[in-house]
Amino acid sequence: MSNIPEDLQYTEEHEYIRRTEDPTVVQIGITDYAQGELGDIVYVELPEVGATFSKMDVFGTIEAVKAVSELFSPVTGEIVEINSALDNEPASINQDPYEAGWMIKMKIENPGDLEQLLDSNNYAQHIGE
Amino acid sequence: MSAKRTPFYDIHVSLNAKMVDFAGYSMPLQYETGSTAEHEIVRTDVGAFDVSHMGQIEITGPDRNAFANRLTCNDVGKLEDGGVQYSAFLTDEGTFVDDILVYRFDDRIMLVVNAANIAKDWEHILSKKSGINVRVKNNSDDIALLAIQGPKAEELIGALATPGISNLDYYKFDAGQIAGSGVFVSRTGYTGEDGFEIYCRNEQASVLWHGLVGHGRAKPVGLAARDSLRLEMGYSLYGHEIDENINPYEAGLGWIVKVDKGAPFTGLKGVQAVKASGPRRKLVGFTCAEKGAIPRDGYDVFLGGEKVDHVRSGGFSPSLQMGIGTTFLPTESATPGAKIEVAVRDNRVEGEVVKLPFYKDGSVKSK
Repeated sequence: MSNIPEDLQYTEEHEYIRRTEDPTVVQIGITDYAQGELGDIVYVELPEVGATFSKMDVFGTIEAVKAVSELFSPVTGEIVEINSALDNEPASINQDPYEAGWMIKMKIENPGDLEQLLDSNNYAQHIGE
Repeated sequence: MSAKRTPFYDIHVSLNAKMVDFAGYSMPLQYETGSTAEHEIVRTDVGAFDVSHMGQIEITGPDRNAFANRLTCNDVGKLEDGGVQYSAFLTDEGTFVDDILVYRFDDRIMLVVNAANIAKDWEHILSKKSGINVRVKNNSDDIALLAIQGPKAEELIGALATPGISNLDYYKFDAGQIAGSGVFVSRTGYTGEDGFEIYCRNEQASVLWHGLVGHGRAKPVGLAARDSLRLEMGYSLYGHEIDENINPYEAGLGWIVKVDKGAPFTGLKGVQAVKASGPRRKLVGFTCAEKGAIPRDGYDVFLGGEKVDHVRSGGFSPSLQMGIGTTFLPTESATPGAKIEVAVRDNRVEGEVVKLPFYKDGSVKSK
């Protein structure tokens, strides 16, 4: 069983969305299930601060030992911060996907995007747990 | 058709291995340890691999050695009882049907073949059998195979096996007992480290595993690490570096082809023609030094701006900490230092041809 915190929201593409103190900014990463499926992560390519993405755009790439996987933007918005520590410590996505392994913070354009995300129960169902 | 299970299947599941279908078998891709750590265990300590998916075909009868010599491109005449030989079945054109190991017993020959090719190899063997006094038997479903690999393999086997087994020379085998089970063991492997491959009957598999694997002994290692270990050594994998469109000289395996062994073998004319003209292309290993530039199987490979091949095997090397891969280059360009480009995602990244193996510090006891 993978770890699916109840206070986060999720996409079917295995990203999680964490609300921050600023209601217009969310923190995004990949789920514990996703890191387990990918295996040991050796590199993550993240966008520049200021880049904008529409919902479901590819915002980055994850290279694991055995596979490469794209990262999909769960919302429409602008990148306001990236976790540059991942450049040297990509394995923290495996070890601690919800804290040290976070990837980007986005300023959301349309708050309605958040209403379409999965809650922890729905995500658990989605991955068959 | 659902995937076949090896006799170690229940053990893998109990260890929470991530199971995948590979060549028709449900096999452990990795255990909870993770593929990078499993790779490291084999390079520095000792790991255990279930490779029971490999096929075993037995040849008996008075003409068994002559028949094996007709089927394979290496020289079975040079093989003594208790010896193992890396070899191949070739097509009439001199390309690979499969790469194999030949075990010579005093009363039989055993051919160890790739899981994905068992059915094809079996048909190939039957098609060559007419007019020769042998019996052939496919024992693949009855034999379990456990590989114990790593610099500490000798110590582990020495502690648990009957005397003599842990002193076997490279590419020799013998019968013995390990953890109370009658087995036979060869000093062979696919990792670049010292090690042993242990053959036993299916019903002994579980006892053998529990004797060899566990705390203070060998750690279980999955297929993902098996692949990264063999790729770091530049060892060929059927369907990647070798297949029915590739001949041994192109693949850097000319040393297993004995055109002058004095026995005609399937593919002889084909390989003679290639040997006379020299191969047009050669397999090379290359590294991608750019961070995050990991070549994957199938990515396009360019030389001087022109597409010349695709990545045959590629991935991240835990030992070198960079992307590595194999590809075919025109012979005149297939030299260390040559620069190629690989289409990694949307970019073309530079690759440099290097001398194989990628990893040069393995403990394997080569001749």
